[in-house]
Amino acid sequence: MKKLLTVSLLGVAIAAGTAQARDYDHVRFGVDVPYEPMEYRTPEGELTGFDIELGNALCEEIGVTCEWIEQEWDGIIPGLLSRKYDAIMSSMTINDERRATVLFSDPYITPPSAWFAPEEADIGEPSTEALDGMTIGVQRGTLQDNYVTDHYGDVADISRYSTADDMVLDMEAERLDIVFLDFPVGKSTLLESDERAYKVVGEMITEPKEYFGDGFGIAFRPRDEALAERFNEALATLKEDGTYDEIYQRYFEE
Amino acid sequence: MEQLNQWLATLLEGNVIFTPQTLGYYWTGLVTTAQLVFVSLLIGLILAVPLAILRGSKHRWIKLPVYFYTYVFRGTPLLVQLYIIYYGVVFVDGIQESFLWPVLKEAFYPALIAFTLNTAAYTTEIFHGAIKATSRGEIEAARAYGMSPGLTMRRIILPSAFRRALPAYGNEVIFMLHASAIASVVTLMDITGAARFVYARYYAPFEAFIFAALIYLCLTFMILYLFRYLEKRLLAHLKPLSGN
Amino acid sequence: MLDLHGYGPRLLEGAGVTLQLAVLSLTLAVLLGLLTASAKMSRSWLLHRTATLYTTLIRGVPDLVLMMLLFFGGQMGLNLITDKLYDQFGVDWYIDLNAFVAGVITIGFIFGAYMGETFRGAFMAVDEGQVEAAKAYGMGSWLVFRRIRFPLMMRHALPGLSNNWMVLLKTTALVSVIGLTDMVRVAAEASRATHEPFTFLIPVAAIYLLIASVSEWIFARLQKRYNVGFGEQ
Repeated sequence: MKKLLTVSLLGVAIAAGTAQARDYDHVRFGVDVPYEPMEYRTPEGELTGFDIELGNALCEEIGVTCEWIEQEWDGIIPGLLSRKYDAIMSSMTINDERRATVLFSDPYITPPSAWFAPEEADIGEPSTEALDGMTIGVQRGTLQDNYVTDHYGDVADISRYSTADDMVLDMEAERLDIVFLDFPVGKSTLLESDERAYKVVGEMITEPKEYFGDGFGIAFRPRDEALAERFNEALATLKEDGTYDEIYQRYFEE
Repeated sequence: MEQLNQWLATLLEGNVIFTPQTLGYYWTGLVTTAQLVFVSLLIGLILAVPLAILRGSKHRWIKLPVYFYTYVFRGTPLLVQLYIIYYGVVFVDGIQESFLWPVLKEAFYPALIAFTLNTAAYTTEIFHGAIKATSRGEIEAARAYGMSPGLTMRRIILPSAFRRALPAYGNEVIFMLHASAIASVVTLMDITGAARFVYARYYAPFEAFIFAALIYLCLTFMILYLFRYLEKRLLAHLKPLSGN
Repeated sequence: MLDLHGYGPRLLEGAGVTLQLAVLSLTLAVLLGLLTASAKMSRSWLLHRTATLYTTLIRGVPDLVLMMLLFFGGQMGLNLITDKLYDQFGVDWYIDLNAFVAGVITIGFIFGAYMGETFRGAFMAVDEGQVEAAKAYGMGSWLVFRRIRFPLMMRHALPGLSNNWMVLLKTTALVSVIGLTDMVRVAAEASRATHEPFTFLIPVAAIYLLIASVSEWIFARLQKRYNVGFGEQ
């Protein structure tokens, strides 16, 4: 009995230690650049995009300063866990696989994924027959990569890129037949491209949920529940007072 | 095949990372790496022989361009060469309409071109050094027999130069194998490409990269033993007569 | 002219990163190389074996794979430790293995193996007679090392050292793949954004050639210096 008591006391002590939230007055965000229009640099080197502006507005609302730290997509979750930064705001889709390692905020935007191909390409609604023998471009380690690998890996060649920019360049070079991207990114990098004309092939894709999840969220370390809560409240406020809509319009509607 | 698959499935049961799918990626990776390295070394070797002879020419205008070529390709990182060829080839006017495009648009061929030009430059210098080291006596003897310069080159200088170049060339082969790891940067699924895929999907850096490292280690040892064997066969005459 | 669509200054900054990375990794590699060489020549079986294993493994695996293993895996390993500290003791402490540090460590580690071979060969080429003469003069072992063994060894090591440095310099380009903004990365990024690969990649190639040529000159001077007293230059 005594032993049990000691053990449980110890347990409580440890739990208290872990649950002890850090009070943040400075939040560092990890972000993978470029991913236009969500996050990118102007030629002068200034960081901008929907995530960046919304993130800055959220920080202001909460009353913390924030800082953006660039990180390749490959290492973005390990970077959060190793406390290189305190949160990820980088077009990260909320899904179960990731929920196992990080804590997500409420979704702040829910963009679908879409297939993009050159205007003149003759490709039907994507299916194993339509994509047979094609070269598909995806960004390495994204949910689009997982989806394409599992569904079309046997019939098509998959080219995996470190950045979305690489992929767009190879699309222009005609090294790729079709790419699978977050819709807003494909829209601003391909549909609005001056170099060539592109189109969306088939429907916007949001299902199945095991791949496409529930929209983009800010990722935190699992123990930072209090911080996530502060961001959720701020997000709700910005949506109410119109700040969110104002930023949204700047990036997604001309 | 069916049996193999079943055997694999039972062997891998419960293993999240090394599934038949990921092992398949490593296998295609191994094939891609082997093709890339073997073909570029072969073409590089064929190019290097005449280039090495030209490199040793007495005429400045023959010697200098070859020297310039080897200087540039040996003085800059292979990664930069690969980028220049991979991205640059797209911007050559009219190339996308030419008959070459179906070949060049695959990531494999720009990588192959970059690797070939790179290894040809190193191999040219290795051979050049070996040719220069030919003993004067051998050349004079050939002359005395009335051999023409061309015949001397073919019968006397080159065969002995090849043998002398063997150890250095063995290093170059291993160097090329290791350098080929950058092919994954231009989307090729070589061994490293497979490892990067596995890492990005499962957040499992140790499994992904150590497995790749082991494959490379095996390949390196195979090359090492092959060259040791060749040296034993071809360089037997250089061994001290007494043995010990 | 040096503006390069606004990327000029960043490209120069990248060149600075490349140089710093190369020099720091060279320093680490030389230190490791000296250690490895002495381990290989030591009478201790364990030291000898460890050093041999190290050089064999390093020379059997591509630089890029080692770099990724260390950068991605090393960070995860560190996290395990710091997380444990946090959970057990509430110590919020983290070690950031950034791309620069990972680059210096990996490149230094890789070239330490090559340097080890260079130094071992060079130490063995030192004429023992000279060392004995120094001892006969009553020099202590540190003084013998500093005044006799090291300078004599350097004469034999310099060609190998120079060769390793040239290869190391080019190896630094690989850090661009794990996310460090060296000049190769800036150039690749600019090429994609502007669709003018030659504008950026050719200057970068030229900078590498420039650094290589300058180092060749420096090594030739050093060689001359260490050859003093040996007639042939």
